[in-house]
Amino acid sequence: MSGPLHLWLIPLLPFAGFLINGILGRRLPKWLVTTVALLAPLAAFGVALYTAACVYIFTHIQCAPSCPFCAPCSIFQPVVESLGTWINIAVLHVDFSFVLDQLSLVMLLVVTGVGFLIHVYSVGYMSDDEGYARYFSYLNLFLFFMTILVLAGNALVMFIGWEGVGLASYLLIGFWFQKKSADDAGKKAFIVNRIGDFGFLIAMFLLVANFGTLTFTEIATKLGQDPGWNGGVVTVIALCLMMGAAGKSAQLPLYIWLPDAMEGPTPVSALIHAATMVTAGVYMVARTHVLFDHSPFALGVVATVGAATAIFAATIALVQNDIKRVLAYSTISQLGYMFLGCGVAAYSAAIFHLMTHAFFKALLFLAAGSVIHGLGGEQDLRKMGGLWKKLPVTFAVTTVGVLAIAGIPPFAGFFSKDAILYAAFLQGTNGKILYSVGLLTALLTAFYMFRLWYMTFLGEPRSPQSHPHESPWSMRGPLVILAALSICGGWIWLYGFSEFLTPVLGARVAETGSWRLLIPYTQYSLSLETVLSIIAVLVALEGWLIADKFYRRKPTRPASLAAALPSGYKLLANKYFVDEFYGATVVKPLLGFSKVFLEWVVDVGILGGAAWLLGGIATFAGAILQRWQSGNLRSYAAWLAAGAAAVLLFLLVPWITVLAYLAAIHLGVAGH
Amino acid sequence: MNILFAQEVPLSWYLLLSAVLFSLGVVGFLIKRNLITIFMSIELMLNGVNLSFVTFAHQWHAVKGQIFVFFVMMVAAAEAAVGLAIIIAVFRARATLAVDRIDRMKL
Repeated sequence: MSGPLHLWLIPLLPFAGFLINGILGRRLPKWLVTTVALLAPLAAFGVALYTAACVYIFTHIQCAPSCPFCAPCSIFQPVVESLGTWINIAVLHVDFSFVLDQLSLVMLLVVTGVGFLIHVYSVGYMSDDEGYARYFSYLNLFLFFMTILVLAGNALVMFIGWEGVGLASYLLIGFWFQKKSADDAGKKAFIVNRIGDFGFLIAMFLLVANFGTLTFTEIATKLGQDPGWNGGVVTVIALCLMMGAAGKSAQLPLYIWLPDAMEGPTPVSALIHAATMVTAGVYMVARTHVLFDHSPFALGVVATVGAATAIFAATIALVQNDIKRVLAYSTISQLGYMFLGCGVAAYSAAIFHLMTHAFFKALLFLAAGSVIHGLGGEQDLRKMGGLWKKLPVTFAVTTVGVLAIAGIPPFAGFFSKDAILYAAFLQGTNGKILYSVGLLTALLTAFYMFRLWYMTFLGEPRSPQSHPHESPWSMRGPLVILAALSICGGWIWLYGFSEFLTPVLGARVAETGSWRLLIPYTQYSLSLETVLSIIAVLVALEGWLIADKFYRRKPTRPASLAAALPSGYKLLANKYFVDEFYGATVVKPLLGFSKVFLEWVVDVGILGGAAWLLGGIATFAGAILQRWQSGNLRSYAAWLAAGAAAVLLFLLVPWITVLAYLAAIHLGVAGH
Repeated sequence: MNILFAQEVPLSWYLLLSAVLFSLGVVGFLIKRNLITIFMSIELMLNGVNLSFVTFAHQWHAVKGQIFVFFVMMVAAAEAAVGLAIIIAVFRARATLAVDRIDRMKL
């Protein structure tokens, strides 16, 4: 590499923003807070672009300078920058190292780019909030940890970012901490994430125990050298990693925190709980894909969990009435798609969907925020309607977002969803099942997204607020940019996005016949891909048609359907009673246990008892010894004289010491 | 001179006298109630010790012991000045010099 890239600047710039706004923010004027808050992610994005440019200019030497995306260019060597040794004990050697390769480059650009746009949007959205500086310091802190997570060269550095984004997420969900529901949602998110983190930690311990290293590249090398690594411990490690990913990326059974996380400000939902942080699990699975490649079972688990989550969350989203909750369940569903992609070893398709999803879901969330802002805080879909005239820009960009997520060409979501479904279809019998689940989810996705679209923007106005207003330009600008990305973002798949990632995500190690030879996808017959694409588009259009029928042509239809199937509607409206189930099986017993055992036995009994016992001993000893402190001068003098006499006696007659010692032992024994 | 004191007093006699003086001081300190008497007992103990210092200094021809005695006497003089002042102050505050009654640090 020609000269250092200064990767450390990328996390450090947002951290500086966090420190400035976090410490001085209350005293600084608002324009300065805004400037600092916006400059930090912008500068980080700039450095990320600069590194990308460096990498390309360097690699261009190898080939014709005119082609930006041809195959030899995309194969650049990963850049490793170590900031020094962190831990060096016996076999365990951990560097504080950052790695820039194709995968982290893509993630980095998405995180800092979308992050910057959402910062800009927040300036408008949060302008009246009292905690303006606090909000931006948290947001910058999030970017700091997220970029560490993305750049991490080993699992431990990644874990710092992993925990850090969890912290930032907690702080931002509970941003309006005066509201009890927000406070509870923050705690819920943190605690559920801890369960997943437990899996990540166990996986790291197992990695150290079995491979003696936490560096991703070294693990890959060791796995490559010894073909004996199959199943067994690798499966356990992969499943533990999957547990961590399921916690962070809101997969079954740990998804419950994400819908509640919508208590935070809407830009936070867009940045953390849709575009970036929740995709960390997918990124981690892609980053450690060598482990998954060596364990077909773990891959199967990933694919199954992903597909199950996708359809499960999509069905819940059908009947939700809170605009943000619909989007939250949609996010869970789309994350399920990404895991499905990882599970069929189509990592580049999963990362591609991650990227397009970041564009269109951030767009949808921000547009929803614009609607909520315009209606003065209203989030209930039933009280919206007919807004397309009042909020033209928001309406236009939401339309783009809905078309993108529904998978209508040529919008971004079409390409990524299609890539995942195609990869699933090629995976033998199980793959066909996963494919059909994915297809059904696509139908549901199109339906609930168009439902949201119809209920918000079309039909009769149902809002009690008479004058909804369009948002300021600081909010509309990011919306327009994200809309452009949601339209064009998918096209890079046609320019070899998959081949670009191949050096990192690799040609897979094939175990069984049907899992062999998947990459690159374009080598496969275009006809099959075309047929599948046409099916996917038809399914999406079908979803649109049903939504059109339900919410435009016959608006009474949903209510009558709900009345006809009361139990089914109730089940969905109450989200399958999962929260209630967890409450009864986990939370309540745990609370009861804490109350009875921890409070009464441990706290009052053991801890309190020990404190009382120690205090009692001191008091008792004091009561005895205080008799010596009589205040009587002659008694002190007498003790002094007696002591001097005793010392003299012991000095003059040594054997008396022994005698006194024996007497003391005798008395002690006799005392019992 | 030499004829009169030809026969030297043995060392043990001096030491015995010193011990007796010291013991008298200790016993006086313990059994007397009057503060001034107790003070005198302390002087008695100090002089008992001084005597043994001088004795050994003479015996071993070491001048250090005698220097020590001077120091002890000097400190004892200073102590007498301070101690008597305190006794006067105590008497003014309490109108008594019985140690058994002066059993509080707080006056």
